[in-house]
Amino acid sequence: MAYSEKVLDHYTNPQNVGTLDKAKQNVGTGLVGAPECGDVMRLQIEVDEASGLIKDAKFKTFGCGSAIASSSLATEWLKGKTVDQALAIDNMDIVEELNLPPVKIHCSVLAEDAIKAAINDYRVKNGLPELVLEQKAH
Amino acid sequence: MELKLPIYLDNNATTPMDPRVLEAMLPYFVEKFGNAASRNHSFGWVAEEAVDYAREQVAKLINADPKEIIFTSGATESDNLALKGVYEMYSSKGNHIITCTTEHKAVLDTCKHLEKQGAEITYLEVQADGLVDLNELEKAIKPETILIAIMYGNNEIGVIQPVKEISKIARKHGVLFFTDGTQAVGKIPVDVQADGIDLMAFSGHKMYGPKGVGALYVRRKNPRVKVTAQMDGGGHERGMRSGTLNVPSLVGFGKACEICMNEMESEAKRLSKMRDRLENALMQLEESYRNGNKEHRLPHTANISFKYVEGEGLMMGFNKDIAVSSGSACTSASLEPSYVLKALGLGDDLAHSSLRFGLGRFTTDEQIDYTIKAVTDTVNKLREMSPLWEMFKEGVDINAIEWAHH
Ligand SMILES: Cc1ncc(COP(=O)(O)O)c(C=O)c1O
Ligand code: FES
Repeated sequence: MAYSEKVLDHYTNPQNVGTLDKAKQNVGTGLVGAPECGDVMRLQIEVDEASGLIKDAKFKTFGCGSAIASSSLATEWLKGKTVDQALAIDNMDIVEELNLPPVKIHCSVLAEDAIKAAINDYRVKNGLPELVLEQKAH
Repeated sequence: MELKLPIYLDNNATTPMDPRVLEAMLPYFVEKFGNAASRNHSFGWVAEEAVDYAREQVAKLINADPKEIIFTSGATESDNLALKGVYEMYSSKGNHIITCTTEHKAVLDTCKHLEKQGAEITYLEVQADGLVDLNELEKAIKPETILIAIMYGNNEIGVIQPVKEISKIARKHGVLFFTDGTQAVGKIPVDVQADGIDLMAFSGHKMYGPKGVGALYVRRKNPRVKVTAQMDGGGHERGMRSGTLNVPSLVGFGKACEICMNEMESEAKRLSKMRDRLENALMQLEESYRNGNKEHRLPHTANISFKYVEGEGLMMGFNKDIAVSSGSACTSASLEPSYVLKALGLGDDLAHSSLRFGLGRFTTDEQIDYTIKAVTDTVNKLREMSPLWEMFKEGVDINAIEWAHH
Protein backbone atom coordinates (compact mmCIF):
# COMPACT_ATOMS: atom_id res chain seq x y z
CA MET A 1 0.00 0.00 0.00
CA ALA A 2 1.46 3.34 -0.97
CA TYR A 3 1.25 6.32 1.35
CA SER A 4 -0.36 9.58 0.34
CA GLU A 5 1.87 12.56 -0.34
CA LYS A 6 0.54 14.29 2.79
CA VAL A 7 1.19 11.37 5.09
CA LEU A 8 4.73 11.15 3.77
CA ASP A 9 5.17 14.84 4.24
CA HIS A 10 4.11 14.79 7.90
CA TYR A 11 6.13 11.65 8.53
CA THR A 12 9.28 13.15 7.04
CA ASN A 13 8.80 16.59 8.56
CA PRO A 14 6.61 16.10 11.60
CA GLN A 15 5.29 19.30 13.12
CA ASN A 16 5.33 19.99 16.85
CA VAL A 17 7.12 16.95 18.14
CA GLY A 18 7.91 17.44 21.77
CA THR A 19 6.84 17.70 25.35
CA LEU A 20 5.06 20.41 27.34
CA ASP A 21 5.28 20.66 31.11
CA LYS A 22 2.38 18.52 32.20
CA ALA A 23 2.51 19.93 35.72
CA LYS A 24 1.41 23.34 34.51
CA GLN A 25 -2.18 24.34 35.25
CA ASN A 26 -2.81 25.46 31.68
CA VAL A 27 -1.42 22.34 30.02
CA GLY A 28 -3.67 19.42 29.17
CA THR A 29 -2.18 16.01 28.38
CA GLY A 30 -3.85 13.14 26.60
CA LEU A 31 -2.22 9.72 26.43
CA VAL A 32 -4.16 7.17 24.41
CA GLY A 33 -3.63 3.78 22.79
CA ALA A 34 -1.59 0.95 24.24
CA PRO A 35 1.86 -0.48 23.51
CA GLU A 36 0.28 -3.91 22.98
CA CYS A 37 -1.90 -2.47 20.24
CA GLY A 38 1.10 -1.03 18.48
CA ASP A 39 0.06 2.56 18.91
CA VAL A 40 0.44 5.11 21.69
CA MET A 41 -0.20 8.78 21.17
CA ARG A 42 0.53 11.57 23.57
CA LEU A 43 -0.90 14.94 22.68
CA GLN A 44 -0.60 18.08 24.77
CA ILE A 45 -2.18 21.51 24.56
CA GLU A 46 -1.18 24.71 26.29
CA VAL A 47 -4.00 27.21 26.71
CA ASP A 48 -3.44 30.95 26.90
CA GLU A 49 -5.44 31.86 29.97
CA ALA A 50 -6.23 35.40 28.90
CA SER A 51 -7.56 34.63 25.44
CA GLY A 52 -8.68 31.03 25.94
CA LEU A 53 -6.85 30.06 22.79
CA ILE A 54 -4.59 27.06 22.42
CA LYS A 55 -1.20 28.67 22.04
CA ASP A 56 0.90 25.56 21.74
CA ALA A 57 0.41 21.88 21.00
CA LYS A 58 2.93 19.05 21.02
CA PHE A 59 2.84 15.35 20.34
CA LYS A 60 4.83 12.18 20.57
CA THR A 61 3.59 9.04 18.88
CA PHE A 62 4.56 5.39 18.81
CA GLY A 63 2.81 3.94 15.81
CA CYS A 64 2.64 3.63 12.08
CA GLY A 65 3.27 6.46 9.64
CA SER A 66 -0.41 7.31 9.47
CA ALA A 67 -0.60 7.62 13.24
CA ILE A 68 2.42 9.91 13.25
CA ALA A 69 0.94 11.99 10.44
CA SER A 70 -2.47 12.17 12.15
CA SER A 71 -0.99 13.48 15.36
CA SER A 72 1.28 15.92 13.57
CA LEU A 73 -1.69 17.29 11.65
CA ALA A 74 -3.80 17.44 14.82
CA THR A 75 -1.26 19.64 16.59
CA GLU A 76 -1.20 21.98 13.61
CA TRP A 77 -4.96 22.30 13.64
CA LEU A 78 -5.13 22.79 17.40
CA LYS A 79 -2.96 25.86 17.54
CA GLY A 80 -4.96 29.07 17.58
CA LYS A 81 -8.29 27.35 18.27
CA THR A 82 -10.36 27.75 21.41
CA VAL A 83 -10.79 24.63 23.48
CA ASP A 84 -14.39 24.36 22.32
CA GLN A 85 -13.40 24.66 18.68
CA ALA A 86 -10.78 21.97 19.25
CA LEU A 87 -13.46 19.65 20.55
CA ALA A 88 -15.16 19.81 17.20
CA ILE A 89 -12.22 18.24 15.33
CA ASP A 90 -13.51 14.99 13.92
CA ASN A 91 -11.37 12.04 12.94
CA MET A 92 -12.98 12.03 9.50
CA ASP A 93 -11.54 15.51 8.88
CA ILE A 94 -8.12 13.97 9.42
CA VAL A 95 -8.93 11.02 7.17
CA GLU A 96 -9.94 13.40 4.43
CA GLU A 97 -6.99 15.74 4.77
CA LEU A 98 -4.44 12.89 4.80
CA ASN A 99 -6.24 10.62 2.34
CA LEU A 100 -6.10 7.72 4.75
CA PRO A 101 -7.27 4.34 3.45
CA PRO A 102 -9.94 2.44 5.44
CA VAL A 103 -7.43 0.28 7.35
CA LYS A 104 -5.81 3.44 8.70
CA ILE A 105 -8.96 5.12 9.97
CA HIS A 106 -8.23 3.89 13.47
CA CYS A 107 -5.02 5.96 13.49
CA SER A 108 -7.16 9.07 12.99
CA VAL A 109 -9.61 7.94 15.68
CA LEU A 110 -6.65 7.71 17.99
CA ALA A 111 -5.72 11.31 17.19
CA GLU A 112 -9.27 12.48 17.92
CA ASP A 113 -9.22 10.52 21.18
CA ALA A 114 -5.92 12.12 22.10
CA ILE A 115 -7.29 15.63 21.47
CA LYS A 116 -10.32 14.93 23.64
CA ALA A 117 -8.23 13.32 26.38
CA ALA A 118 -5.95 16.38 26.45
CA ILE A 119 -8.95 18.71 26.64
CA ASN A 120 -10.48 16.68 29.45
CA ASP A 121 -7.24 16.74 31.37
CA TYR A 122 -7.17 20.52 30.97
CA ARG A 123 -10.80 20.83 32.08
CA VAL A 124 -10.37 18.70 35.18
CA LYS A 125 -7.25 20.64 36.16
CA ASN A 126 -9.20 23.85 35.88
CA GLY A 127 -12.22 22.75 37.84
CA LEU A 128 -14.49 22.06 34.88
CA PRO A 129 -16.51 18.86 34.67
CA GLU A 130 -15.07 16.06 32.56
CA LEU A 131 -16.85 15.61 29.26
CA VAL A 132 -18.41 12.27 28.57
CA LEU A 133 -17.27 11.27 25.10
CA GLU A 134 -18.83 8.95 22.62
CA GLN A 135 -16.70 5.91 21.89
CA LYS A 136 -15.78 5.55 18.27
CA ALA A 137 -15.01 2.18 16.84
CA HIS A 138 -11.32 1.54 16.41
CA MET B 1 31.03 -2.10 -6.08
CA GLU B 2 28.55 0.64 -6.64
CA LEU B 3 25.50 0.83 -4.43
CA LYS B 4 22.39 -0.43 -6.17
CA LEU B 5 19.01 0.91 -5.07
CA PRO B 6 16.37 -0.08 -4.14
CA ILE B 7 17.67 -2.78 -1.84
CA TYR B 8 15.70 -6.00 -1.59
CA LEU B 9 16.01 -7.61 1.83
CA ASP B 10 12.80 -9.60 1.82
CA ASN B 11 14.15 -12.80 0.29
CA ASN B 12 12.14 -14.94 2.71
CA ALA B 13 8.98 -13.70 1.03
CA THR B 14 10.25 -14.44 -2.43
CA THR B 15 13.55 -14.33 -4.29
CA PRO B 16 14.27 -12.68 -7.61
CA MET B 17 14.74 -15.19 -10.39
CA ASP B 18 18.32 -15.88 -11.34
CA PRO B 19 18.92 -14.84 -14.97
CA ARG B 20 20.46 -18.27 -15.60
CA VAL B 21 17.13 -19.81 -14.62
CA LEU B 22 15.22 -17.62 -17.02
CA GLU B 23 17.61 -18.51 -19.79
CA ALA B 24 17.03 -22.21 -19.23
CA MET B 25 13.25 -21.70 -19.30
CA LEU B 26 12.90 -19.58 -22.41
CA PRO B 27 12.97 -22.33 -25.08
CA TYR B 28 10.11 -24.11 -23.35
CA PHE B 29 7.46 -21.47 -23.99
CA VAL B 30 7.22 -21.11 -27.76
CA GLU B 31 9.57 -23.60 -29.37
CA LYS B 32 9.40 -26.60 -27.06
CA PHE B 33 5.84 -26.23 -25.92
CA GLY B 34 4.84 -29.89 -25.83
CA ASN B 35 2.79 -31.67 -23.21
CA ALA B 36 5.03 -33.99 -21.22
CA ALA B 37 2.20 -36.52 -21.16
CA SER B 38 1.99 -36.76 -24.98
CA ARG B 39 3.61 -40.11 -25.52
CA ASN B 40 3.26 -40.34 -29.29
CA HIS B 41 5.25 -37.53 -30.82
CA SER B 42 8.46 -35.64 -30.51
CA PHE B 43 6.86 -32.54 -28.99
CA GLY B 44 5.81 -34.64 -26.05
CA TRP B 45 9.12 -36.46 -25.84
CA VAL B 46 11.09 -33.22 -25.71
CA ALA B 47 8.90 -31.94 -22.90
CA GLU B 48 9.09 -35.22 -21.03
CA GLU B 49 12.85 -35.26 -21.31
CA ALA B 50 13.02 -31.76 -19.91
CA VAL B 51 10.79 -32.68 -16.99
CA ASP B 52 12.80 -35.82 -16.28
CA TYR B 53 15.97 -33.80 -16.21
CA ALA B 54 14.42 -31.21 -13.89
CA ARG B 55 13.23 -33.98 -11.61
CA GLU B 56 16.79 -35.26 -11.39
CA GLN B 57 18.15 -31.82 -10.60
CA VAL B 58 15.56 -31.32 -7.88
CA ALA B 59 16.08 -34.78 -6.40
CA LYS B 60 19.83 -34.39 -6.33
CA LEU B 61 19.68 -31.23 -4.25
CA ILE B 62 18.00 -33.10 -1.39
CA ASN B 63 19.64 -36.50 -2.02
CA ALA B 64 16.39 -38.15 -3.10
CA ASP B 65 15.49 -40.49 -5.92
CA PRO B 66 13.80 -38.67 -8.83
CA LYS B 67 10.81 -40.99 -8.44
CA GLU B 68 10.27 -39.53 -4.99
CA ILE B 69 9.60 -36.03 -6.32
CA ILE B 70 5.99 -34.99 -6.87
CA PHE B 71 5.77 -31.67 -8.69
CA THR B 72 3.17 -29.22 -7.43
CA SER B 73 2.26 -25.55 -7.75
CA GLY B 74 4.34 -24.56 -4.74
CA ALA B 75 4.89 -25.18 -1.07
CA THR B 76 1.33 -24.32 -0.08
CA GLU B 77 0.02 -27.10 -2.27
CA SER B 78 2.76 -29.46 -1.10
CA ASP B 79 1.89 -28.75 2.54
CA ASN B 80 -1.76 -29.43 1.79
CA LEU B 81 -1.00 -32.62 -0.12
CA ALA B 82 1.30 -33.94 2.60
CA LEU B 83 -1.06 -33.30 5.49
CA LYS B 84 -4.38 -34.11 3.87
CA GLY B 85 -2.88 -36.91 1.81
CA VAL B 86 -1.33 -38.65 4.83
CA TYR B 87 -4.41 -38.07 6.95
CA GLU B 88 -6.62 -39.76 4.39
CA MET B 89 -4.19 -42.52 3.44
CA TYR B 90 -3.44 -43.55 7.02
CA SER B 91 -6.85 -43.00 8.58
CA SER B 92 -7.09 -46.64 9.58
CA LYS B 93 -3.93 -46.24 11.69
CA GLY B 94 -4.98 -43.15 13.57
CA ASN B 95 -6.10 -39.55 13.41
CA HIS B 96 -3.52 -37.68 15.46
CA ILE B 97 -0.99 -35.21 14.02
CA ILE B 98 1.65 -33.29 15.94
CA THR B 99 2.81 -29.90 14.70
CA CYS B 100 3.96 -26.67 16.32
CA THR B 101 2.68 -23.12 16.74
CA THR B 102 5.31 -21.42 14.58
CA GLU B 103 4.54 -23.31 11.38
CA HIS B 104 3.58 -21.49 8.20
CA LYS B 105 -0.13 -20.82 7.73
CA ALA B 106 -0.17 -23.35 4.90
CA VAL B 107 0.46 -26.01 7.55
CA LEU B 108 -1.55 -24.51 10.42
CA ASP B 109 -4.64 -23.76 8.39
CA THR B 110 -4.53 -27.18 6.76
CA CYS B 111 -4.40 -28.69 10.24
CA LYS B 112 -7.41 -26.56 11.24
CA HIS B 113 -9.21 -27.93 8.21
CA LEU B 114 -8.36 -31.50 9.18
CA GLU B 115 -9.63 -30.88 12.70
CA LYS B 116 -13.04 -30.21 11.21
CA GLN B 117 -12.79 -33.56 9.45
CA GLY B 118 -12.13 -35.37 12.70
CA ALA B 119 -8.36 -35.11 13.10
CA GLU B 120 -6.83 -34.47 16.47
CA ILE B 121 -3.97 -32.00 16.23
CA THR B 122 -1.39 -31.20 18.90
CA TYR B 123 0.13 -27.75 18.44
CA LEU B 124 3.39 -27.89 20.37
CA GLU B 125 4.56 -24.65 21.86
CA VAL B 126 8.12 -23.69 21.05
CA GLN B 127 10.78 -22.56 23.48
CA ALA B 128 11.79 -18.91 23.80
CA ASP B 129 14.44 -19.40 21.11
CA GLY B 130 11.89 -20.83 18.68
CA LEU B 131 13.00 -24.47 18.86
CA VAL B 132 10.64 -27.32 19.71
CA ASP B 133 11.30 -29.20 22.91
CA LEU B 134 12.13 -32.78 21.92
CA ASN B 135 10.87 -34.18 25.22
CA GLU B 136 7.55 -32.45 24.77
CA LEU B 137 7.41 -33.79 21.24
CA GLU B 138 8.01 -37.36 22.32
CA LYS B 139 5.52 -37.04 25.16
CA ALA B 140 2.85 -35.91 22.71
CA ILE B 141 3.06 -39.13 20.72
CA LYS B 142 0.28 -41.63 21.34
CA PRO B 143 -1.02 -44.77 19.66
CA GLU B 144 -3.22 -42.74 17.30
CA THR B 145 -0.36 -40.54 16.10
CA ILE B 146 0.28 -40.88 12.38
CA LEU B 147 2.37 -37.83 11.54
CA ILE B 148 4.78 -35.28 12.96
CA ALA B 149 4.82 -32.05 10.94
CA ILE B 150 7.62 -29.73 12.00
CA MET B 151 9.21 -27.25 9.61
CA TYR B 152 12.90 -27.22 8.72
CA GLY B 153 13.71 -23.50 8.82
CA ASN B 154 11.29 -20.83 9.99
CA ASN B 155 10.33 -18.11 7.54
CA GLU B 156 10.11 -15.30 10.09
CA ILE B 157 12.96 -15.91 12.49
CA GLY B 158 15.06 -18.37 10.51
CA VAL B 159 15.55 -20.92 13.29
CA ILE B 160 16.38 -24.43 12.15
CA GLN B 161 14.55 -27.19 14.00
CA PRO B 162 16.47 -30.27 15.16
CA VAL B 163 15.24 -32.27 12.19
CA LYS B 164 17.53 -35.26 12.66
CA GLU B 165 16.48 -35.71 16.27
CA ILE B 166 12.83 -35.28 15.39
CA SER B 167 13.05 -37.95 12.71
CA LYS B 168 14.69 -40.34 15.15
CA ILE B 169 11.82 -39.89 17.56
CA ALA B 170 9.34 -40.38 14.74
CA ARG B 171 11.07 -43.58 13.60
CA LYS B 172 11.24 -44.94 17.10
CA HIS B 173 7.47 -44.66 17.42
CA GLY B 174 6.60 -45.69 13.89
CA VAL B 175 5.24 -42.25 13.03
CA LEU B 176 5.80 -40.48 9.70
CA PHE B 177 7.79 -37.25 9.65
CA PHE B 178 6.85 -34.39 7.33
CA THR B 179 8.84 -31.17 7.19
CA ASP B 180 8.15 -27.89 5.42
CA GLY B 181 11.56 -27.26 3.88
CA THR B 182 10.58 -24.16 1.92
CA GLN B 183 13.06 -21.82 3.57
CA ALA B 184 15.86 -24.33 4.04
CA VAL B 185 16.16 -26.22 0.77
CA GLY B 186 18.76 -24.61 -1.47
CA LYS B 187 20.10 -22.49 1.40
CA ILE B 188 21.60 -25.11 3.68
CA PRO B 189 22.38 -28.80 3.11
CA VAL B 190 19.15 -30.76 3.31
CA ASP B 191 19.53 -34.52 2.89
CA VAL B 192 16.36 -36.56 3.15
CA GLN B 193 18.36 -39.73 3.87
CA ALA B 194 20.67 -38.36 6.52
CA ASP B 195 17.87 -36.26 8.01
CA GLY B 196 15.38 -39.13 8.04
CA ILE B 197 12.64 -37.16 6.32
CA ASP B 198 9.57 -39.00 5.01
CA LEU B 199 7.85 -36.09 3.30
CA MET B 200 9.07 -32.59 2.53
CA ALA B 201 7.52 -29.53 0.89
CA PHE B 202 9.55 -26.90 -0.93
CA SER B 203 9.10 -24.19 -3.51
CA GLY B 204 10.81 -22.72 -6.57
CA HIS B 205 10.38 -19.04 -5.82
CA LYS B 206 12.29 -19.12 -2.53
CA MET B 207 15.42 -20.34 -4.30
CA TYR B 208 15.73 -18.02 -7.30
CA GLY B 209 13.39 -20.09 -9.44
CA PRO B 210 9.96 -19.21 -10.82
CA LYS B 211 6.80 -18.74 -8.78
CA GLY B 212 3.93 -21.20 -8.87
CA VAL B 213 6.05 -24.33 -8.88
CA GLY B 214 7.25 -26.57 -6.10
CA ALA B 215 7.59 -30.15 -4.99
CA LEU B 216 6.63 -32.66 -2.40
CA TYR B 217 9.23 -35.28 -1.58
CA VAL B 218 7.53 -38.57 -0.75
CA ARG B 219 9.77 -41.39 0.50
CA ARG B 220 9.59 -44.65 -1.46
CA LYS B 221 11.70 -46.94 0.69
CA ASN B 222 12.03 -47.58 4.43
CA PRO B 223 9.20 -46.90 4.74
CA ARG B 224 7.27 -46.57 1.53
CA VAL B 225 5.02 -43.57 2.03
CA LYS B 226 1.82 -42.88 0.15
CA VAL B 227 -0.48 -39.91 0.06
CA THR B 228 -4.05 -39.73 -1.17
CA ALA B 229 -4.27 -37.42 -4.16
CA GLN B 230 -6.00 -34.11 -3.55
CA MET B 231 -6.26 -33.30 -7.23
CA ASP B 232 -7.95 -35.93 -9.36
CA GLY B 233 -7.60 -36.20 -13.11
CA GLY B 234 -5.19 -37.66 -15.61
CA GLY B 235 -3.09 -39.47 -13.06
CA HIS B 236 0.09 -37.44 -13.47
CA GLU B 237 2.87 -37.59 -10.90
CA ARG B 238 2.26 -41.26 -10.20
CA GLY B 239 -1.36 -40.56 -9.46
CA MET B 240 -0.58 -38.29 -6.56
CA ARG B 241 -1.08 -35.00 -8.36
CA SER B 242 -2.96 -34.74 -11.62
CA GLY B 243 -2.62 -31.81 -13.97
CA THR B 244 -0.55 -31.10 -17.07
CA LEU B 245 2.98 -30.33 -15.96
CA ASN B 246 4.16 -26.75 -16.14
CA VAL B 247 7.19 -27.58 -18.23
CA PRO B 248 8.97 -24.19 -18.47
CA SER B 249 8.60 -23.58 -14.74
CA LEU B 250 9.82 -27.06 -13.91
CA VAL B 251 12.84 -26.54 -16.14
CA GLY B 252 13.49 -23.34 -14.20
CA PHE B 253 12.94 -25.05 -10.86
CA GLY B 254 15.44 -27.74 -11.83
CA LYS B 255 18.00 -25.18 -12.93
CA ALA B 256 17.47 -23.22 -9.71
CA CYS B 257 18.14 -26.37 -7.69
CA GLU B 258 21.29 -27.09 -9.65
CA ILE B 259 22.65 -23.59 -9.10
CA CYS B 260 21.84 -23.72 -5.38
CA MET B 261 23.59 -27.06 -5.12
CA ASN B 262 26.75 -25.76 -6.79
CA GLU B 263 26.91 -22.47 -4.95
CA MET B 264 25.41 -23.29 -1.58
CA GLU B 265 28.58 -23.68 0.40
CA SER B 266 30.21 -20.40 -0.58
CA GLU B 267 26.91 -18.56 -0.69
CA ALA B 268 25.87 -19.60 2.81
CA LYS B 269 29.22 -18.36 4.14
CA ARG B 270 28.94 -15.06 2.28
CA LEU B 271 25.39 -14.50 3.49
CA SER B 272 25.95 -15.39 7.11
CA LYS B 273 28.92 -13.05 7.22
CA MET B 274 26.86 -10.18 5.84
CA ARG B 275 23.90 -11.06 8.04
CA ASP B 276 26.08 -11.10 11.15
CA ARG B 277 27.57 -7.77 10.24
CA LEU B 278 24.13 -6.27 9.78
CA GLU B 279 22.83 -7.81 12.96
CA ASN B 280 25.81 -6.87 15.10
CA ALA B 281 25.62 -3.29 13.92
CA LEU B 282 21.90 -3.01 14.62
CA MET B 283 22.22 -4.73 17.98
CA GLN B 284 24.44 -1.81 18.97
CA LEU B 285 21.27 0.22 19.23
CA GLU B 286 20.01 0.43 22.77
CA GLU B 287 17.01 -1.77 23.57
CA SER B 288 17.23 -3.92 20.49
CA TYR B 289 16.49 -7.62 20.79
CA ARG B 290 17.38 -10.52 18.53
CA ASN B 291 14.49 -12.90 17.97
CA GLY B 292 15.15 -16.63 17.71
CA ASN B 293 18.03 -18.97 18.36
CA LYS B 294 21.36 -17.52 17.35
CA GLU B 295 23.19 -20.74 16.41
CA HIS B 296 20.59 -22.93 14.82
CA ARG B 297 19.38 -20.69 12.07
CA LEU B 298 19.40 -19.99 8.38
CA PRO B 299 22.40 -18.00 7.15
CA HIS B 300 20.40 -15.26 5.49
CA THR B 301 17.78 -14.27 8.07
CA ALA B 302 17.84 -11.81 10.96
CA ASN B 303 14.87 -10.73 13.02
CA ILE B 304 15.30 -7.87 15.46
CA SER B 305 12.89 -5.90 17.65
CA PHE B 306 13.64 -2.25 18.24
CA LYS B 307 11.74 -1.52 21.41
CA TYR B 308 9.64 1.66 21.63
CA VAL B 309 9.32 2.12 17.86
CA GLU B 310 6.61 0.53 15.78
CA GLY B 311 7.60 -1.65 12.84
CA GLU B 312 5.50 -0.16 10.11
CA GLY B 313 6.39 3.38 11.12
CA LEU B 314 10.00 2.27 11.09
CA MET B 315 9.84 0.74 7.62
CA MET B 316 8.25 3.89 6.30
CA GLY B 317 11.46 5.72 7.11
CA PHE B 318 13.38 3.83 4.46
CA ASN B 319 11.05 1.74 2.35
CA LYS B 320 11.60 3.99 -0.61
CA ASP B 321 15.07 2.43 -0.78
CA ILE B 322 14.94 -0.75 1.30
CA ALA B 323 12.41 -3.57 1.31
CA VAL B 324 12.14 -5.55 4.54
CA SER B 325 9.17 -6.94 6.43
CA SER B 326 7.81 -6.48 9.93
CA GLY B 327 5.85 -8.50 12.47
CA SER B 328 3.83 -5.40 13.25
CA ALA B 329 0.07 -5.69 12.99
CA CYS B 330 -0.08 -2.33 11.26
CA THR B 331 1.35 -3.99 8.17
CA SER B 332 -1.49 -6.45 7.98
CA ALA B 333 -5.24 -6.22 7.77
CA SER B 334 -5.63 -7.91 11.15
CA LEU B 335 -4.83 -6.15 14.38
CA GLU B 336 -2.69 -9.01 15.61
CA PRO B 337 1.09 -8.83 15.45
CA SER B 338 3.13 -11.84 14.25
CA TYR B 339 1.93 -15.11 15.78
CA VAL B 340 5.41 -16.54 15.36
CA LEU B 341 7.02 -13.87 17.52
CA LYS B 342 4.23 -14.19 20.07
CA ALA B 343 4.82 -17.94 20.18
CA LEU B 344 8.36 -17.18 21.36
CA GLY B 345 6.78 -15.41 24.31
CA LEU B 346 7.46 -11.91 23.04
CA GLY B 347 5.07 -9.29 24.33
CA ASP B 348 2.86 -7.62 21.75
CA ASP B 349 4.91 -4.45 22.10
CA LEU B 350 8.12 -6.19 20.99
CA ALA B 351 6.31 -8.09 18.25
CA HIS B 352 5.03 -4.77 16.89
CA SER B 353 8.58 -3.44 16.91
CA SER B 354 10.22 -6.15 14.84
CA LEU B 355 11.89 -6.14 11.46
CA ARG B 356 12.83 -9.19 9.42
CA PHE B 357 15.86 -8.96 7.15
CA GLY B 358 16.10 -11.64 4.48
CA LEU B 359 19.36 -11.46 2.55
CA GLY B 360 19.84 -13.16 -0.78
CA ARG B 361 22.06 -14.02 -3.71
CA PHE B 362 22.07 -10.48 -5.03
CA THR B 363 22.66 -8.69 -1.75
CA THR B 364 25.92 -6.75 -1.64
CA ASP B 365 28.14 -5.41 1.12
CA GLU B 366 27.39 -1.87 -0.01
CA GLN B 367 23.69 -2.54 0.43
CA ILE B 368 24.28 -3.83 3.95
CA ASP B 369 26.25 -0.69 4.83
CA TYR B 370 23.45 1.47 3.51
CA THR B 371 20.83 -0.53 5.41
CA ILE B 372 22.71 -0.32 8.69
CA LYS B 373 22.83 3.45 8.41
CA ALA B 374 19.24 3.91 7.27
CA VAL B 375 17.75 1.66 9.95
CA THR B 376 19.90 3.17 12.70
CA ASP B 377 19.00 6.72 11.71
CA THR B 378 15.30 5.94 11.48
CA VAL B 379 15.18 4.12 14.82
CA ASN B 380 16.87 7.09 16.45
CA LYS B 381 14.59 9.58 14.77
CA LEU B 382 11.42 7.69 15.70
CA ARG B 383 12.53 7.22 19.28
CA GLU B 384 12.83 10.97 19.57
CA MET B 385 9.18 10.99 18.55
CA SER B 386 8.10 8.09 20.76
CA PRO B 387 6.30 8.79 24.04
CA LEU B 388 7.31 5.32 25.23
CA TRP B 389 10.99 6.01 24.64
CA GLU B 390 10.67 9.22 26.63
CA MET B 391 9.01 7.36 29.51
CA PHE B 392 11.68 4.67 29.37
CA LYS B 393 14.41 7.30 29.51
CA GLU B 394 12.72 8.98 32.45
CA GLY B 395 12.45 5.68 34.27
CA VAL B 396 8.65 5.49 34.10
CA ASP B 397 7.38 1.94 34.40
CA ILE B 398 5.38 1.54 31.20
CA ASN B 399 3.77 -1.67 32.38
CA ALA B 400 2.38 0.10 35.44
CA ILE B 401 0.36 2.50 33.30
CA GLU B 402 -3.26 1.60 32.80
CA TRP B 403 -3.59 1.56 29.06
CA ALA B 404 -6.98 1.66 27.45
CA HIS B 405 -7.22 -1.50 25.36
CA HIS B 406 -9.54 -1.73 22.48
C1 LIG C 1 7.79 -22.01 5.39
C2 LIG C 1 6.91 -21.74 4.23
N1 LIG C 1 6.00 -22.65 3.86
C3 LIG C 1 5.18 -22.45 2.81
C4 LIG C 1 5.23 -21.30 2.06
C5 LIG C 1 4.32 -21.13 0.89
O1 LIG C 1 5.01 -21.32 -0.29
P1 LIG C 1 4.39 -21.07 -1.74
O2 LIG C 1 4.39 -19.59 -1.90
O3 LIG C 1 5.32 -21.74 -2.67
O4 LIG C 1 3.02 -21.64 -1.76
C6 LIG C 1 6.17 -20.32 2.42
C7 LIG C 1 6.23 -19.05 1.68
O5 LIG C 1 5.71 -18.03 2.11
C8 LIG C 1 7.01 -20.54 3.52
O6 LIG C 1 7.92 -19.64 3.90
S1 FES D 1 -0.91 2.76 14.43
FE1 FES D 1 -1.34 0.75 13.77
S2 FES D 1 -2.15 1.09 11.80
FE2 FES D 1 -1.70 3.08 12.45
